Amino acid sequence: MQLDLLVEQFKKKDPSAFEKLYGMYADNICGVINTIVKNDSIAQEICQDVFIKIWNNSESYNSSKGRFFTWILNIARNAAIDEIRSRSYKNEKKNLSADYFVGILQNKEEEESSNVDTNGLRNLVKNLKEKCVQIIELLYFRGYTQKDAAEELDIPIGTVKTRNRSCISQLRENMESK
Amino acid sequence: MDVQEYIASGILELYIAGILSDKENLEIANYAKEYPEIQKEIEAIEASILTLSKKASPGLKYSFKSIMDRINNDVKIISINDKRGVPISTYVGWAASVLLAIGMFWLYQQNQELKSEIQVVEQQNFNLEQEIADSDSSLEKTQELLSSIRDKNISVVPLGGQDISPTSYAKAYWNKENKKVFIDAKGLPEPPDGFVYQVWSLKLSPLTPTSMGLLENFDMDENKIFALNNPNESEAFGITLEPAGGSESPTLEQLYTLGVVSAS
Repeated sequence: MQLDLLVEQFKKKDPSAFEKLYGMYADNICGVINTIVKNDSIAQEICQDVFIKIWNNSESYNSSKGRFFTWILNIARNAAIDEIRSRSYKNEKKNLSADYFVGILQNKEEEESSNVDTNGLRNLVKNLKEKCVQIIELLYFRGYTQKDAAEELDIPIGTVKTRNRSCISQLRENMESK
Repeated sequence: MDVQEYIASGILELYIAGILSDKENLEIANYAKEYPEIQKEIEAIEASILTLSKKASPGLKYSFKSIMDRINNDVKIISINDKRGVPISTYVGWAASVLLAIGMFWLYQQNQELKSEIQVVEQQNFNLEQEIADSDSSLEKTQELLSSIRDKNISVVPLGGQDISPTSYAKAYWNKENKKVFIDAKGLPEPPDGFVYQVWSLKLSPLTPTSMGLLENFDMDENKIFALNNPNESEAFGITLEPAGGSESPTLEQLYTLGVVSAS
């Protein structure tokens, strides 16, 4: 329960607790943002803004409403989605598969300078079916509701929960087998 | 409650995604405290998403310190805006308008003072010009007078003081050519109110006085020289004090000066 203590200190505006939480989640949050904006430097800028926002709103986090990570995940994806809307990314729905986070893999192979761990990412998603990539993207990185995800993927709403469960299980297996 | 079935439902995965209702979130948070398997499963699901998202990280460009620096700067900027920025500009605005009003009033006052000073100076200037004009005309008169009494045709008749006023004296400058007499009355006292000096031309045998005129405005005249016409063959001149307006014949008791024309 060390995390709970850390979060309590953070809510009291303890900078050292905030620093530890930053160390724990900064890469993940920046990664989430990058799956959406698909641009390293823009992702880094938004990521900094997100952590400032997290600090300024620390007292609004309530553990009864969800995990701390889930809370900052929500703030991060909202910020990233606002960003791509403001930049009016036009080809959002033109090529769905390239738009999903695995699209980062394709982009990154062309740009050698990237910091993204493409090999690690490739290993994680190697035997994930495209429908798993899609549903994980929509639910975790886009914040789609079950209903919106069902419509987007054209599947029954009851299927969203079970399909996601099996996809996450596959992901966990990939992690363990590494 | 069947914990395994609950886990298998896939709701915990949605819990991590943050897309459940507040009611469901609260329920799961309570189950997690009650059932360690559920807490463990939640952490495992979270770990998988953490791992996946970390792989997509572009790396951290900003240090934690730079984030804190920005936070502290933002706080300072906000506090300045809230506590000082708006009031200062308001006060400055009011102060400026008050100063402007005071300044304009002061300038108005200055302007009024200058205007009245200009009026005073104009008045002084006018007075000086008047004095110069007076002096000029006075000088002119004096020169005219001087040239008149220097004329070769002038005979000077001193008039001596008589019993009533032994210290009085006068002089008559008589130009027989143009029949004019200038009376220099500097040596006569100022006549009392209601009286005037009257100048007489006299024939001695028999004594016949003829009025030549009055020395009007005696006290106002600066040089006390009066020009009178004298068409008579005068043998003497006398000056008497008479009631205002003059008399038909001289009041001899009030004879101030008398002088005889010397035979030439």
